[in-house]
Formats: sequence, C-alpha cells, structure tokens
Amino acid sequence: MAHAADIHPHAAHGHHEEVSWWRTYLFSTDHKMIAMQYMFTGMAMALIGGFFAYAFRMQQAFPGMDVPLYGLVTPNKYNVLITNHGAIMIFWVAMPVLIAAFGNYLIPLMLGCDDMVFPRINRLSYQIFLLSAVILLVSFFVPGGAFAGAWTIYPPLSSKAEYGLAPLGSSIFLVAVALEFVAFLLGGINFITTAMNSRAPGMKMYDVPIVVWMIVVASILFMASVGPLIAGAIMLFMDQQVGTAFFDPDKGGDPVLWQHLFWFFGHPEVYVVLLPALGIVAEIITTFSRKKLFAYKTVLYTVFGTGVLSFVVWAHHQFVAGIDPRMANIFTITTLLISVPIAEMLFVYIATLYGGSITLTTPMLWGLSFIAEFLIGGVTGIFLGASGSDIFLHDTYFVLAHFHYTFVPIAIIGTFAGLTFWFPKMFGRMMNETWGKIHFWITIVAFNCIFIPLFITGSAGDHRRIYNYMNFPDSAVPWLQDLRVFATYSLVVMLLAQAIFLVNFFWSIFRGEKAGKNPWRANTLEWTTESPPPHGNWPADQLPNVYRGPYEYSHPDRKEDYWPQNLPA
Amino acid sequence: MAEHAHAEAHHHPNYIRVWAVLLVLLVVSVAGPMIGVQWVTLVTAFGIAIVKAYLVAKNFMHVNIERRFVVYALLTVIVFMLLFFSAVAPDVMKKDGRGWEKPSWKTAPAAAPAAEHGGAH
Amino acid sequence: MSARPIATTRSAAGLPTGRLAVWWVVVSEIVIFGGLLASYIMHRLAHDAFAEQAAHTNTWIGAFNTLVLLTSSLSAVLAHQAAERGDGPKAARLIYATIVGAVTFLVVKGFEWTFEIQHGYTITSSTFWSFYYAAAGLHASHVVAGAIIMLFVAKDAARNQELHRVELIGIYWHFVDIVWIFLFPLLYIAK
Repeated sequence: MAHAADIHPHAAHGHHEEVSWWRTYLFSTDHKMIAMQYMFTGMAMALIGGFFAYAFRMQQAFPGMDVPLYGLVTPNKYNVLITNHGAIMIFWVAMPVLIAAFGNYLIPLMLGCDDMVFPRINRLSYQIFLLSAVILLVSFFVPGGAFAGAWTIYPPLSSKAEYGLAPLGSSIFLVAVALEFVAFLLGGINFITTAMNSRAPGMKMYDVPIVVWMIVVASILFMASVGPLIAGAIMLFMDQQVGTAFFDPDKGGDPVLWQHLFWFFGHPEVYVVLLPALGIVAEIITTFSRKKLFAYKTVLYTVFGTGVLSFVVWAHHQFVAGIDPRMANIFTITTLLISVPIAEMLFVYIATLYGGSITLTTPMLWGLSFIAEFLIGGVTGIFLGASGSDIFLHDTYFVLAHFHYTFVPIAIIGTFAGLTFWFPKMFGRMMNETWGKIHFWITIVAFNCIFIPLFITGSAGDHRRIYNYMNFPDSAVPWLQDLRVFATYSLVVMLLAQAIFLVNFFWSIFRGEKAGKNPWRANTLEWTTESPPPHGNWPADQLPNVYRGPYEYSHPDRKEDYWPQNLPA
Repeated sequence: MAEHAHAEAHHHPNYIRVWAVLLVLLVVSVAGPMIGVQWVTLVTAFGIAIVKAYLVAKNFMHVNIERRFVVYALLTVIVFMLLFFSAVAPDVMKKDGRGWEKPSWKTAPAAAPAAEHGGAH
Repeated sequence: MSARPIATTRSAAGLPTGRLAVWWVVVSEIVIFGGLLASYIMHRLAHDAFAEQAAHTNTWIGAFNTLVLLTSSLSAVLAHQAAERGDGPKAARLIYATIVGAVTFLVVKGFEWTFEIQHGYTITSSTFWSFYYAAAGLHASHVVAGAIIMLFVAKDAARNQELHRVELIGIYWHFVDIVWIFLFPLLYIAK
C-alpha cells in the first residue's frame, strides 16, 4: 500500500504538525488514501479470484489432471473454487474498486470539498472491509475446508451437515460477507451525506458530474436492499451453528425464503455495481469526444427509474425454483421492462459520441468497449428474463456467459477505464499509452474468446457448476470439449496479459511522464487542483465555486473546447 | 456546531402529554386481547402499534418538521418492505416449504426419464 | 487531524450533516428489521402451530418492557430539548436516565429469557422461538449499541460539548423504540 508519496503529509489547512508514517499511510482519514487502500485491496483480491478461475477452468478443460501451480482439483475443491471466485469478484473486487475506491477518491474532489463528511467513519469502514477480506481468506485454511455451496449460499446445501457442509468455513464465509455489508453501509452513508450536503457553492443538482450521481444512487440502492439479506444471513448462521430451522422444511422452515431474501438484495446489487461503471464511462466519453452529455437529465431520470425497477425484478433468478407461476408472469414483465432504461442510457452515450471530436486514448478505448460488450450482456439477458426460455437456459453456461458479459465490463473494463483516466490525477504522472493499448486489445480479444464459446456450450446444454463434463454423455462430445479448452486457453492469455497492466501501472507511478493539473483538458473540479491533490485538496480558502455544468465542451461562445466548472467566465 | 434553525424549540408538543397518551394506548393494546374477539385483538394490537409509531415519529423524532425528502425516503423503504412481503408470501405461506416438488411426478410410473444426472456432488 | 473538514459544515440539502447521516442509518435499519419481521409474519400467518407456541410468551413482561422503552424515549426527547436550550448538564442527566431505561430493558429481558429457556423454550424448540430469539436478540443488540453510544454523547454533553449529538442519538433511540412497538404485538399479543 505504500507507494510514492502522493499525499502531502502536511495538511493544507493550517495544521503544522508532522504526521507519522502510520497516520499517513495506514491510519489515514484522508479520502484519497482510503480510496487507494480500497483500490489495492480490491486489486489483490482480483488476483486471487482470477487465479481461482484459472484453476477451475483448467479442471474443466483437462479433467482429472494436475493443474500447474495448483495441483489436483477434487470435486470439493472445485466447488470451493467456484464459490469463492464468485463471492470474491463481486464483494471484494467489484464493490471496493468501483464504489469505495472511485467513490472515495472522486466524490470530494468532484464536489469541491476538502474531504468526506465523516473521515473517521470512512477509515473505520475500510478497516472493517479489510477485516472481512482477511476473514474470508482465513476460511480457506480452517479444518473442514472452505465454504463450497456456491456464492448464492442456498440452503439446505449451505445449512445442513449431511450435504457436506464445511462446519467452520461456511460460517466464517457468512461472517465475512456480513462484515463487508457493514463496511459498505458505513461507507455509503458517507457518500450520500457528502453528495447531498457538501457541494461547492453554486453547484446545483444538475451540475453534479454523472459519476457522482451514479455512485450515490448505487449507495442508496445498496442501503435499501441489503437489509433482508443481513436478516437472512443471521438466520442462516443460526441454522448452521445453533440448529434452528429457518430454512429447513422438515421443521417448518422454507428454503425458498432464503432465495427471496438473497435475490431481493442480489438483483439491486448488480445495479449497484453497474451504475458506477456507467458513470465512469460517461465522464470518459464526454472528455474524449469533446461533447456535452447528450441528455443529462434523461440519464439522471433513467437512473432513478432503473433504481426503482431494480427492486421488482429479483425473482427472475428463481423462475424454476418452484415459485408461484403468477409471480413468474409478473417478474418476466418487470425484468423485460428494466432493459428499457438501460438501453436508453446506452443510446444517450452513443448520441453523445455522434459528431464528436473523438480521440482514441486508452481510457476512451475502454469506455467504448464497455458500451459494446455490455450491450451483448444486456441483450442476452432478455432470453433469461423471459421465463419461458429461462426454463431451458437456467443454470446453464448461457447464464454464466450472460453475467460475465455484464460483470466483466462493469468490474474489469470499467475499472481499467477509470484507472487509466484518473491515473494522472492520482499519481501526477501519465501511464504509457502504447502499453495501455496493447493491454487493452489483448484483454478484450481474450475476454470475448472466453465467453462466446460459453454461450454456445450453454445453449447446447452445459450445466453450471459441473466438476467434470465427461460424466455426462450429452456433454462429453468432442466439439463441446474443444470449446471449453479454447475458453480456458483464452482465460490464461487474459490473465497473463494483466501483467502488462501491472507493470505499466507501477512503473508509471515512479517513472511516468509528469502530468500537469489537467492533462485531458476536462471540465470537472478534480482537474483544477494539483496532481496529486494535497491533503485538503485545495488550500482552505480556495475551495472552488461552480458556475456551470460539468459537460460544457465545445461551447460555441468559447474559443477553447472545454469550459471548467470553476471559471467565473 | 449547534446550528439548529428549528422552530420546534418554540412550538414543541408537550412531550410528557404525548408519553401519557402512549401509555394509555399501551394499556388498551394489552387489554384488547382479553376481550377475546379476534378482530378486536388485531385492531388493538397492530392498529395501536401503528398509531404509537406515528406518535413517536411525529412528536419525538420531529419527522413532521423535518425536510420532506426524509419522509419520502422512510416511506419508500417501508413500501419496499411491503413489496417484499407481498411477493414472497405466496411462496412461503402456501407451499409449506416444499414448492419444488412435483406431485404428478411422484404418482407417474418409471416412464419418467430415469437418468439421474448424478453429477459430481 | 481531528478537525472537522469544511465538507462537514456545509448543508446544501438544508439539514446538518450529522442528522442527515442518522436518517440514512434509520433507513438501512428499517430494511434489516423489515426483512426479518416480514419473514416472521409470513411464517406466523402460514403456520397455526406458531400461535400455539406464542401463547407461552409473557405479555406482562413484554408490556412492562414496552413501558420502559416508551419512558426512555421520553427522557431522550427531553434531553434533546435541554440540549437545544444549551443546558448540557441537564441533557446529560436525561441521557443517563435513558441509559438506565435501556439497562432495565435488558435486565428484564435477561430474566425473561432465562425463565423461558429453563422451561424448555429454547431457540431450537420450534421455528416460532427461533424467530422470537432472533428478532428480539437483534433488537437487543441495537439497544446495547445505543446505550454505549449514549454514554459517549452524555459525557460530552455534560461539558456542553457536541450538544447536537444529543438529538442524533435520540433519533436512533426512537427508532429502536419503534421497532419494539411493533415487536411487542407481534411476539406477545397476537396469540
């Protein structure tokens, strides 16, 4: 976590005491440092989650053979790998990087404040988050093994010992998830309060950059949806450890209740991670097409609409779980409806690009690819949202390919887009463009080569969460296995290509070309301060005032093609 | 940082009187079931709970003079909870925890595709 | 670095940041308790056996605890009134009274649960009792948390410091009270 001194230990607003190394790096209350902490923790967890994917895909491609760097993947280990890959990627990579890291870094800067409203609670939220990550990692080493019941934790597989439940690991997993929720509830309150209350003078609601709105709405969605799952996790923990029967039908409980509790949160959760990624893309495409966002208010209102709708679609994950068929009708309609506002947003983005003066920098490449790849994910979701076709496709690899075509753009493309875009601000230096583009192309091509074959194998009937397809005569056919092997090789290529990014990232921190305040010539407030910003972001008496919206690019009244928000004229 | 621009300091309700009303309601809600009529019990128990909650929210939490959006946020999440209940109750309440069983498969003879996909579990 | 950032002093939404944050805490807590209570109500309505088990809860103790919490809410709001008038020491005394209420509640609950457990109504006896202990337990943990925070707030208030926090912990406390207002009929009365 300690990297080149980018946070000035001397506070810009009047403190003259020397701040110790501990206070600067490990126990900081500065939002930028906390953002870095979340970022690096998330990136480290991404390596672990990616490694798990490598191991289980190798098992699928070459069943029964020792996986290099891992060993033999037994059936139980396979289940542990897929379970924790999913949980890690969603809870310990996507959420900390997209919401906590970018949110913490950008919100005070873009709103013209010196920090978050509650810096010490901010620090506490990171500490709880770190604890949750450590606890999850501990679960891999306890006797009885790690939790292996899939990231959706359905009982009775996740509650009854006779189904092979890891006695300690399963409860430790639940504790880790619960702590992660607490960390994000605390963090979310900080974001929402800061955004609502602490805007720069003159910054009206419609002058707030879209990415800030998105992160705030995402925090609200999270806060309003996670409660039932916390209640459910408490109930499941008690079923596991105390012997209660909340989800045991033999004793009056109901396992489907868990599914509802989980997915009532689980579906808004995907929008919780989607919105920040959409926000990042909005900032990037406006900057690199030198055009204002085509319809700011439309985007805002569709985000609100998506947020509300996201609360009434959850049972589409349960179409074949034996829910009331009348519910399935209703949820089909709402699920198909929710594709409309998202499509609307993508149309707005495309309209923003149309006629713009486009520069294909690395961040812009990532931003454009987000639109293309997410579109595939969204469109394939329609097949799954219609309960009729879902009867065939549920729990096949089609579902998996669909959600990777949504999650990878969100968590991977969105992250790289944001990192390459704001790197100059964060570290005061530029990343290497050539290597950035090489990394981009290899990653994107490899990504598609992994998951397009999986759409095909899924439609051909490949079930999810299967340890060895050779046990299934219908699946053990050569052309399907060829596709699985091809997907696995592509994954290896994609993972190896990330080394390019890591080298570029760390090398550029120390040796990159120095960046000024505003290398991209963008409008928002974070570009008006030093790169990297000092503690307090601006000198205490020079916090910016705002005079216009964030997307005034190529304004006819102005000679320059951008018009920063803080300039009076 | 006590920058309260609230007018409430001047128009606040008599808190002790509110408390007394709450106590009376409590007594009624305990006495209600003793009458033995079920709908009376429900009204006194839950109706009074709602009234009590409203009184506490209005008079003690000062929701009524709070910014409007606080009321909207609170009402929204309460609506979400009602939504959650109404969508999940048909499953949990009617099926007795065994909604995934197909009774017709139990009675049909071994014509059902017997290939038990054993899988790896 | 304990100076408040300038961000904390702004108030574009028209209310102080502390109070805004406490309302969002209440919003998230409504969903947590809402999920648990909705699950309980579903089971309760679906299984007549629950009603049979519920007959064994002690309505008088429940009512007494309701009285205790309502009174503690009174002292909390009176503390807020005192703090508004700038009378920190009085606010602190009233907060201590609220804490006494919280402790009374917990002690009574301790005796109640001990009695019930000794008579065989444990958390695993039936799903009703699982919900009973889970819901009341979750509520009790919030009572404990509230009491602890109140200790810190009272200490500062006694020295006329951070008086705005009296109102904030009061809002949280009233919410905890409201949860109990609903728990009481759900667990004790509907028989």
